[in-house]
Amino acid sequence: MTVDAWIAEPVNWVFSIVAVVILFTAVRVVTSPNVVHAALYLVAALAGSAVMFLLLSAEFVALVLVLVYIGAVLVLFLFGIMITRAPTGFDEGLSNDRKLVSAAISLVLLGVLSWASLSAFGTDTVNTVGSPTATEILGDAILGRFVIPFEVVSFILLSALIGGITVARRDLTPLEEEERKAV
Amino acid sequence: MVSSYVLAAEEGVAGLVEGGFWADTAGIMLITPFIAFLAIIALGKRMKYEGGEFAVASMAVNLVWATALFIQNMTEGGSSEVTFPIGGIGSGLQFELGWMVDGLSIMMYFLVSFVGLLVFIYAVGYMHGDIRVTWFFAAFSLFAGSMLLLVGAPNLVQLIIGWEGVGLASYLLIGHYWEDQENVNAGNKAFLVNKVADVGLVLGAIIVAMAVGDFGFVELSEASFAQDPTLSAVAVVGGLLLFLGAMGKSAQFPFHIWLPDAMAGPTPVSALMHAATMVTAGIYLMARTFPLYQNLASEIRPWMIAVGAITLFVIGLLALVADDLKQVLAYSTVSQLGYMMTAVAAGGYTAGLFHLFTHAFFKGLLFLGAGSVIHAVHSNNMSDMGGLRKYMPRTYTTFVIASLSLAGIIPLAGFWSKDEILATLDHEGYMVVFWIAVAGAFVTALYMTRAVALTFHGTYRGEGHPHESPLSMTGPLIALAVPSALVGFLNVPGVEIPGIGNFTEWLAVRVIPMGDNHPEGIAWNLAIIGLIAAGAGIVLGWALFARDAETQVARDRLEVPRLYPLFRRKYYMDDLALGIVDATRGPLARMIDWTNTYVIDGVVNATGGMGLALGRFVYGGLDQRGVDGVFNGLSVLIDGLGSGMRRLQTGRVQQYATAFVSGALVLVIVLMVLR
Amino acid sequence: MPYDVGSLMLLNQFLVLGAALFSIGVYGLLVRRNAVLVLLSVELMLNAVNINLIAFESALVTNAAVGQVFSIFVITVAAAEVGFGLAIILMIFRNRRSANVDELDLMRW
Repeated sequence: MTVDAWIAEPVNWVFSIVAVVILFTAVRVVTSPNVVHAALYLVAALAGSAVMFLLLSAEFVALVLVLVYIGAVLVLFLFGIMITRAPTGFDEGLSNDRKLVSAAISLVLLGVLSWASLSAFGTDTVNTVGSPTATEILGDAILGRFVIPFEVVSFILLSALIGGITVARRDLTPLEEEERKAV
Repeated sequence: MVSSYVLAAEEGVAGLVEGGFWADTAGIMLITPFIAFLAIIALGKRMKYEGGEFAVASMAVNLVWATALFIQNMTEGGSSEVTFPIGGIGSGLQFELGWMVDGLSIMMYFLVSFVGLLVFIYAVGYMHGDIRVTWFFAAFSLFAGSMLLLVGAPNLVQLIIGWEGVGLASYLLIGHYWEDQENVNAGNKAFLVNKVADVGLVLGAIIVAMAVGDFGFVELSEASFAQDPTLSAVAVVGGLLLFLGAMGKSAQFPFHIWLPDAMAGPTPVSALMHAATMVTAGIYLMARTFPLYQNLASEIRPWMIAVGAITLFVIGLLALVADDLKQVLAYSTVSQLGYMMTAVAAGGYTAGLFHLFTHAFFKGLLFLGAGSVIHAVHSNNMSDMGGLRKYMPRTYTTFVIASLSLAGIIPLAGFWSKDEILATLDHEGYMVVFWIAVAGAFVTALYMTRAVALTFHGTYRGEGHPHESPLSMTGPLIALAVPSALVGFLNVPGVEIPGIGNFTEWLAVRVIPMGDNHPEGIAWNLAIIGLIAAGAGIVLGWALFARDAETQVARDRLEVPRLYPLFRRKYYMDDLALGIVDATRGPLARMIDWTNTYVIDGVVNATGGMGLALGRFVYGGLDQRGVDGVFNGLSVLIDGLGSGMRRLQTGRVQQYATAFVSGALVLVIVLMVLR
Repeated sequence: MPYDVGSLMLLNQFLVLGAALFSIGVYGLLVRRNAVLVLLSVELMLNAVNINLIAFESALVTNAAVGQVFSIFVITVAAAEVGFGLAIILMIFRNRRSANVDELDLMRW
């Protein structure tokens, strides 16, 4: 496939634009000097990923991503930021002083990963047929072939829930205990 | 052993039949408590009894239906099932909600409604003037409703919904007085212990349902009778997991730890929880899925019997030392649940269920009686009671009837059901378990005599002037005392009641007739053994605990000096983790000490000796300064190396991560180049 | 209207995007001092994995949508991880008045 043919496909324009948005926002997530902004950039990056899932005709996963991540997890993150009273203004001290080393490592990692996939898959194309994957197939797979892993995952979620509550709950100080009894 | 499948073929009444009006509308029983729940929340605060009216009304409606079904089904027989499809996964598994009408579920409908109604009426009097009464009745309705949903379930999915609802409601009710941290902990403990076991239930249900291809109990029974190859491949694993779930809910050893703590809730909660709802759910599940264990997973049955036997005897002993009256009863429940589990696992499906049936009446009565006493003396502890028979004659009489029934004295209800279990164990040849069960009967009689003696005889040790409870509390006591005494006659072995037949034979008729392993006719020799054990327990208990009141409490502690601490600490089950730590700490310390003394010291001494010899040689043989130079150089080198290496251990996660990622990268690159 | 999406989309364009996201996530993991931000970077990495899973799914077309199923599992586990991770961070913050990972060096020599 030639470069011209690739460019001639409008879907690839969408891909390119969204990919640029994702990469830009992802970079901002890890470089932004403002904690709240970083979390909000993550929203944008994840929304971009959801668009990618749609391009790959995985609409159910895309919606799950929007609902679970953007709807719930990010709110949790913002709560976490507020509760730990991280400086919500600009703060240059959010990153440590090993930026160059880390950037070099990341670039090498990117090079290795890209080279690996480029050399392995060449010009393979993705075979999305026009209609999106039926949610029925996904439901069948989750509650049929993968029902045991599904249950295991749900128990992981439950134990994380209980564990989270156990870890995060605060025992009252003796003083507060007194106050509570008095009431 | 008679194969159940052969029995089913002989009787030739397999399959569902038309249920008639009462059976077709039985679903009302599953809904009214939830309607009551909503009504109490919406309107409860404005009502005279703060919402108790709705709870009582819903149970009264249910009792009408349950009684009608009971009578109709016992005379006419037949099983029916009404289901509504809710959804499904593809073309395979279907979810349905609905209700079963057969002997087993009718018995449970009747128990929950009957005991529930009396307990609710009692609770109106008991909770009067308490805090959060409205909320209490809302949660209480939820409790009964979830249990009805559970016992009416025609499939595993609905059973699990009801099962979890029961767990949730019990959590809310146990922690009703949440101002005290202890009660909150008790609720958490009950919930978490049950959750561990629920993992087994859910996984077991999925495994079994995947093998059968349907969640329904009828389909499960059919597949079990037909020895379905897909099901038999997973029967042991699935059965074991389901049993795990039942162990948690029915407080079988070692999951029994939550039940005594569950006493933290108000007493009516304990009464309902121990009599009809919650703890009977596990036995019910085992009975419901009985064909699976009978026909396919018979390998696990010895284990189930062992768990039941341990529970019935070992936990029963704990009731001998508890001072809290409700705790005595709680341990007694655990012990009786052990009886039921043992009987069901031994194949005496109906014997276990019949004991569940009679037990519900007298255990409900015992708890309500205990509540009446606690209401009067404002203490749970028997050391604050004594001599109450003079002040509370009605409570006393009914309590004694229930105690005798629990101890298994002829002709009260408990005698007939316990005898049935003993006969089953004898018939199936589990002689060791049989004698454990007899010993359990002795212990049961002993602790119940102790409880009665310490509570009602002797002289009053508490403060204030106790008085008999109001009619709304003593009324249910009397209403429960009648079935506690008489309900055993429903099932006198070998005797058929005209027009009705035999209770256990009725129970055994399900969509597929269950068949059963118990002998025909009454086994007088076994009954006499049981009676002797119970009688001995009562006599011994009377001799030990019913004499002068002054020394009662003191002697209570001295009689079993060796065992007392063991029982008192509940076999150290709660201290088990601590115990393991303690047990390993000593040997570990000694081992390290030994290593230190002999190995390391030896090495050091040997090195020292060699060094000494070397030093002498060097001193004698080499120039001191040259050697010094070499040694100093070496030490500086090692020192530098050490300080350098030490810097690597910064304790900072991100530096480790950096090293980790770059190391992995280097490895990948090396591998790629080599390829 | 059957619109033939993606017959001209390369598998590699998604894989490289995923690789880039993953590398950015690694960078964040290595340089961010605030523990919440470290968790954010981990989320980026998990998301990169999801993109890879979905891309492979549509390249290989398994009949049970295995790739999508696993990406849902990844999302679930990530949600559990965030919940528990934030609980730990909260606990650390309470005890140390700081959520900076490079001040947590009690485990050093």
